[in-house]
Amino acid sequence: MNRLKRFFFANIREISSILVIILLSIFVEYRSGGNFLTVENISDLLTETAILSILAVGMMMVIITGGIDLSIGSVMALAGMIGTTVLKNNRHLSPLTIIVLAIGIGILSGFINGTLVAKLRILPIIATLGMMNVFRGITYIISNGKWVMQADMTPEFMQVASGKIFGINNLVVMAIVVYAVGYIFLNFIRTGRKIYAVGNSEESARVSGINTVRTIRLAYTIMGAVAGFAGILYVAKFAVSQGETAVGYEMNVIAACVLGGVNISGGTGRVQGVLLGALLLGLLNNAMPLIKISSFWQEAIRGLIILLSIIVNSLIQRNVEAKALRRRNI
Amino acid sequence: MGDATNSSATRIISADREFSIRRFFLQWEWMLVAMLLIINAVNVSLSPNYANFNNIMNAMRDFLDKAIVVFPMAFVILLGEIDISVASTMALSSVIMGISYREGIPMPTAIVIGLLTGTACGFINGIVLVKFPELSSMIVTLSTQIIFRGIASILLETKSVGGFPTWFGKFGWGKVGSVPIILLFTIVEAMFFAYLLHKTKFGRRTYAMGNSTTVSRFSGIKTGSIKLTIFTFTGLFSAIAAVFLASKMGSVRPDVARGYELDIIAMVVLGGVESSGGKGNILGTALAILVIGFLRYGLGMVNVTSQVIMIIVGALLVIAVAIPNFKESIGGANWYIKLTSIGKQFNKR
Repeated sequence: MNRLKRFFFANIREISSILVIILLSIFVEYRSGGNFLTVENISDLLTETAILSILAVGMMMVIITGGIDLSIGSVMALAGMIGTTVLKNNRHLSPLTIIVLAIGIGILSGFINGTLVAKLRILPIIATLGMMNVFRGITYIISNGKWVMQADMTPEFMQVASGKIFGINNLVVMAIVVYAVGYIFLNFIRTGRKIYAVGNSEESARVSGINTVRTIRLAYTIMGAVAGFAGILYVAKFAVSQGETAVGYEMNVIAACVLGGVNISGGTGRVQGVLLGALLLGLLNNAMPLIKISSFWQEAIRGLIILLSIIVNSLIQRNVEAKALRRRNI
Repeated sequence: MGDATNSSATRIISADREFSIRRFFLQWEWMLVAMLLIINAVNVSLSPNYANFNNIMNAMRDFLDKAIVVFPMAFVILLGEIDISVASTMALSSVIMGISYREGIPMPTAIVIGLLTGTACGFINGIVLVKFPELSSMIVTLSTQIIFRGIASILLETKSVGGFPTWFGKFGWGKVGSVPIILLFTIVEAMFFAYLLHKTKFGRRTYAMGNSTTVSRFSGIKTGSIKLTIFTFTGLFSAIAAVFLASKMGSVRPDVARGYELDIIAMVVLGGVESSGGKGNILGTALAILVIGFLRYGLGMVNVTSQVIMIIVGALLVIAVAIPNFKESIGGANWYIKLTSIGKQFNKR
């Protein structure tokens, strides 16, 4: 019994996320007249959320180091655009080559961001805000204002996003793999633990012998790799690549992390929490049209959710700290 | 070491120090002046019609709507904070102004309603940051950015409101003599903010808070009310910029001013305001407005596409921040000298 209780308190945030998801599902199911909890809609929801949740893992690492990456929407567009442009001109290339190319571009962009932040000590928000425009501009120049359309892509390439393994959409399978790798990396690999250490206190991490520059740069590079991967999946899924691909997508990803309990000032955050946060956000996105909320409302509601959840997070944090203080007094 | 300690201590603590020609010419502002001269020389060589008074006045009208927000933003960044919601505040306040006018409210009142909206937006940012000091301004303004723009698009969807009275167009297009009204307004505003920053207690306290909020609070500065005032000011001036922009365009749309925050922050940071707070001045910021503004104008003149301009402004933002940091990382443990010198100064007292 005691062990159960301890498990409950250790995972209280995840458990409350699950409760919110269940309550919200019941509410939406009721309001939409039974259109929500169908196999079709749920598999739609998971497919829609897969790319977002993949990105959230990378963003989580960046936020844990105490930074943020606003450039991922642009990195996605850039990787997608270069990948599909290469594919258009060399139709014999296999989808795997294109994916590797996109990840490579993502790594390069992430490395640039990481160097700016870790080595040149530019505030993450300013560095990535600047690079967001640089990457987006390069995408426009490469695209030359034109779209890469469905006809320019090979069927095998689009199959990457629409195909199924054992009846489960490829994207969902990939998201599961990414989460498994992310979970192991952040919990059991030394480098992953260093990310937490740097996020908690960069100074103590440096004093205890961690190469903080390399660790922070690594977090941004991983974020870039994940963004490149997600970018190519994104264009494969929607079968179109253009200059405006994934504009503003970074906000969704940050929202998913914040909903998943990642502390925006760094140091804390768990993979399982982020997964639930992404699912919660995906659920909201999926449910709002079902219960007939106009698309014009969705933007404002999303912003409000981010703001409220960071406020609630910090209230919880204050409560925890106050309790700890009281306990020490006794 | 001793020398370095002394010089950096005076640099931080004392406002009036003895004049040195070398230090005078090593200021960042000269760099900006040089950039401005180069850009204008290139512009003149590109177009023979460039170098006449009227043309330069017209060029300035193009970018001054952003400049209005730059000065309060400089205060925000001096505090060590950031406000990404300014462009959305502009959109929301101009949309609400437009809707009020459409609903039959007379234009002057509608303008006041728009200004109040912007002030309220800034106040909301400020009050959240004051009540929750552990939240970073980045994430708070990131979410209010989405909220404000979201409310604007709920109100107006994809429609636009126009047909303002003719006198309203004077804000954007009108001239006093041959000087645009918006330029006069910006000059007065710059002087006001320069006075506020360099000649009042409020300004000194802003610098103090930018160096350390905690120390400032313990030395008796009401940090909360200063932060709230600055964010509210930013909201108000975003709304004023929105009035000028709406007047210039003759209509309002929810997607107006999208991406302006990049230019505005780039202007502040290029102007030598340190992005971690505590250092910078209004003169540099004003010069940076002209540098980026004329750069954009010149690039537009030779038909460089807006995408390339986007890259250049983005890169400029990053480089402007990187140069001083780069110098510091070569200079070795500068932060250490800074810290110890502050400590020594306190011990002396």
